[in-house]
Amino acid sequence: MKLTLIIWRQQNASAKGGMQTYTLDDVSPDMSFLEMMDVLNEQLMGQGIDPVAFDHDCREGICGSCSMFINGEAHGPDRLITTCQLHMRKFKDGDTIHIEPFRAKPFPVIKDLVVDRTAFDRIQHAGGFVSVNTSGNTQDANSLPIEKQAADKAFDAAACIGCGACVASCKNASAMLFVSAKVSQYALLPQGQVEATDRVLNMVKQMDEEGFGNCTNTGACEVECPKGISLENIARMNREYLTANLKG
Amino acid sequence: MAPLDAKIPQGPIADKWTNHKNNIRLVSPANKRQIDVIVVGTGLAGGSAAATLAELGYNVKAFCYQDSPRRAHSIAAQGGINAAKNYQGDGDSIYRLFYDTVKGGDYRSREANVYRLAEVSSNIIDQCVAQGVPFARDYGGLLDNRSFGGVLVSRTFYAKGQTGQQLLLGAYSAMNRQIGRGKIKMYNRHEMLDLVKVEGKARGIITRNLVTGAIERHAAHAVVIASGGYGNLFYLSTNAMGSNVTAAWKIHKQGAHFANPCFTQIHPTCIPVSGEHQSKLTLMSESLRNDGRIWVPKKKADAQAIREGKRKPIDLAEEDRDYYLERRYPAFGNLVPRDVASRAAKERCDEGYGVNKTGEAVFLDFADAIVRYGKEKAHVKGLDENDMDLVRKLGKEIIKAKYGNLFQMYEKIVDQNPYETPMMIYPAVHYTMGGVWVDYNLMTSIPGCFAIGEANFSDHGANRLGASALMQGLADGYFVLPYTIGDYLADDIRTGAISTETAEFEAAEKNVRAQIDALISNKGTKTVDYFHRKLGKIIWNKCGMSRNEKELKEAMKEVKALREAFYKEVFVPGTPDSFNESLAKALRVADFLELGELFAKDALQRTESCGGHFREESQSPEGEALRDDENFTYVSAWEYKGEPSKAKLHQEQLNYENIELKTRSYK
Repeated sequence: MKLTLIIWRQQNASAKGGMQTYTLDDVSPDMSFLEMMDVLNEQLMGQGIDPVAFDHDCREGICGSCSMFINGEAHGPDRLITTCQLHMRKFKDGDTIHIEPFRAKPFPVIKDLVVDRTAFDRIQHAGGFVSVNTSGNTQDANSLPIEKQAADKAFDAAACIGCGACVASCKNASAMLFVSAKVSQYALLPQGQVEATDRVLNMVKQMDEEGFGNCTNTGACEVECPKGISLENIARMNREYLTANLKG
Repeated sequence: MAPLDAKIPQGPIADKWTNHKNNIRLVSPANKRQIDVIVVGTGLAGGSAAATLAELGYNVKAFCYQDSPRRAHSIAAQGGINAAKNYQGDGDSIYRLFYDTVKGGDYRSREANVYRLAEVSSNIIDQCVAQGVPFARDYGGLLDNRSFGGVLVSRTFYAKGQTGQQLLLGAYSAMNRQIGRGKIKMYNRHEMLDLVKVEGKARGIITRNLVTGAIERHAAHAVVIASGGYGNLFYLSTNAMGSNVTAAWKIHKQGAHFANPCFTQIHPTCIPVSGEHQSKLTLMSESLRNDGRIWVPKKKADAQAIREGKRKPIDLAEEDRDYYLERRYPAFGNLVPRDVASRAAKERCDEGYGVNKTGEAVFLDFADAIVRYGKEKAHVKGLDENDMDLVRKLGKEIIKAKYGNLFQMYEKIVDQNPYETPMMIYPAVHYTMGGVWVDYNLMTSIPGCFAIGEANFSDHGANRLGASALMQGLADGYFVLPYTIGDYLADDIRTGAISTETAEFEAAEKNVRAQIDALISNKGTKTVDYFHRKLGKIIWNKCGMSRNEKELKEAMKEVKALREAFYKEVFVPGTPDSFNESLAKALRVADFLELGELFAKDALQRTESCGGHFREESQSPEGEALRDDENFTYVSAWEYKGEPSKAKLHQEQLNYENIELKTRSYK
């Protein structure tokens, strides 16, 4: 396949960026999208051009590192997968592909397609945990049965990989899907309920301080989420938040 | 250098750990506040250690090369975590977990360490549940278990096919709590590039900030290496792209012995290589071997027709298929341990029975399981068990519920529907049992420098059993290191803060800068990946699933030649003081190019076959691995002597006092 790639290039956080056009011949449909980027980078290096920087690590859809906005969609045209799992057979010979970083004010560009997502970490520092020491001197794991349905739902929320596709897809750059997934995981389990009030208040406060926008229920985040995190979690977080405020 | 002393406590094996904990020195809470500890790596081992050390009161500095500790490659572990809970009442016990692990490791691990691992395994599950890790549960609300290869009980706890993710997020949450309290200072996107020793003790590290390129000095009273395994030595592996040996290799060059480097786990069920562009390999969970049957065509002509696309596997009659694992190992069948299954696949493909374009793939077939489950379901529902369309439909639904995410992953990568046609699989590098040598306290041969998780060598011998890596990472980090490090740090309560303004830090920083400058100013013609690929090919072809003296000697020479070519011809674009992934990669590959030679040397020296290490010269007439207990019941710990090929061998004898050495048989 022959492709035209239009890619966001930005030297560093303070530099002004812009789109650059490159052409690539001989792309195999069996390549993953990131392998196509590897081939491009080898080509660029041969031409004395700085390779395109992008985040990636596990290349099997679980670490949450890769973060490209491809033809206007986070992680590209396919559903329920990350960029690293996207394969070139989803494209046609002669296609033009636009590749941009995940854009949001709380995700400043570091270089090219690499953005700084540490805002997500800071939200977790504010309350994304159960305050139990790792001494191992806790009660036996089976002393507290948990309804299977609740455990399964908690797992579904916990499957979030923290990639930021939800933020990049939202016109308000809202992080509600991400934050609500963590709040929900704990809210659904008895271990998490003890600190539920403080958790939701602290995490939402931090989310706002980071500059993420509000949720206006467009549902774009759910559509683009590579792990299928449900909007239901946002509704649950809103309930938790309201309850916490009434208590507080 | 002092002789190798593993410092195994005296007394009966079941009491060793308890007695040891009761007798080692403690550091008071007030003194812990005066002590700094560096942890390199934030996977299951490093993340859990950082969190626990901070809870205990130490000041922790944690480092990871990823943009967040949550992305360490532990996150990709699929199957599960073992623990001797005996919740299923199937006769499991600490002793059995201990025994299975030692046997699975082909009797090349240290008894006392493995027993301790089995002993603390139960605590891990309690701890994780308390942290809110959503393990799979049954309808009664209690924790569910599954079985893994090489054992006869159900002791594996899991969270769908994402157990590693959930456990890592648990450790990450414990870290977050301490980061929020200011007890852990987290350094994301930082790579450790050297260890700093002061008066022979580990006192700090030199790092490179991967965003700005800044070279930084960090001091501490102890340094913990939790940087994972070195599977990327093979270029293609199931490891993450950034996984590297640098931290472990740098401490090796500073005096830490490197143990059993050639012990590598090659996992039998991975998606085969599709072409030259391939950047990494994807694992298909071992759990698939519970229901999938592995086969190749019986006739070479059929295999060739399938390779050329002239025949379809589903058209091959039952009698024309060779279910070679069931044929060779009737007792364990498709559930033999990983090393055995991998070698058997290679044997068939080498003989010309491979089934994909490259000739390096075998089938993993679910057709029988679909029919079996479908009939069962039809029976339960009172439907017609002879209506094959209905049976297949019902069967597929059950397979989907069990392995749906894996089937989806396969289809996305290979573009074939595994419900309709058998999967193609081939072995791939997955885990390294070898690693930094540590004593019972997990301390390396450098005082004050510790190694935990996959980075050390201690628990898995020559072959790791499924679902044991997560167990070891968390055991080391939550329950072992935080105790044993206190015994060492008890001497440091009056030391005071360690300064980075010393000649030792100065010299280490200078070395790091010189290495970086040399790479950047080299201006050669070949990219870093060019060398990494070449290195991978040498190691895979000559030190892979099957090894012999001639090829190992060749490999040593070729790796050395490649290393020399690297320093002459490599091209690293960009500048040292910016985000520069090529430079980061070049620094990692430089270390792999040294490790590769030691890896081959170790494989050459060990003329027996054991676990994942198969020497062609040491096999039975039926082609099974032949161990040599008389001459090789020891750990090979290599001391760096200026060049990998000159490394000096130290032997730690392995004494089996509780388990009798036997030939592993899965027939």
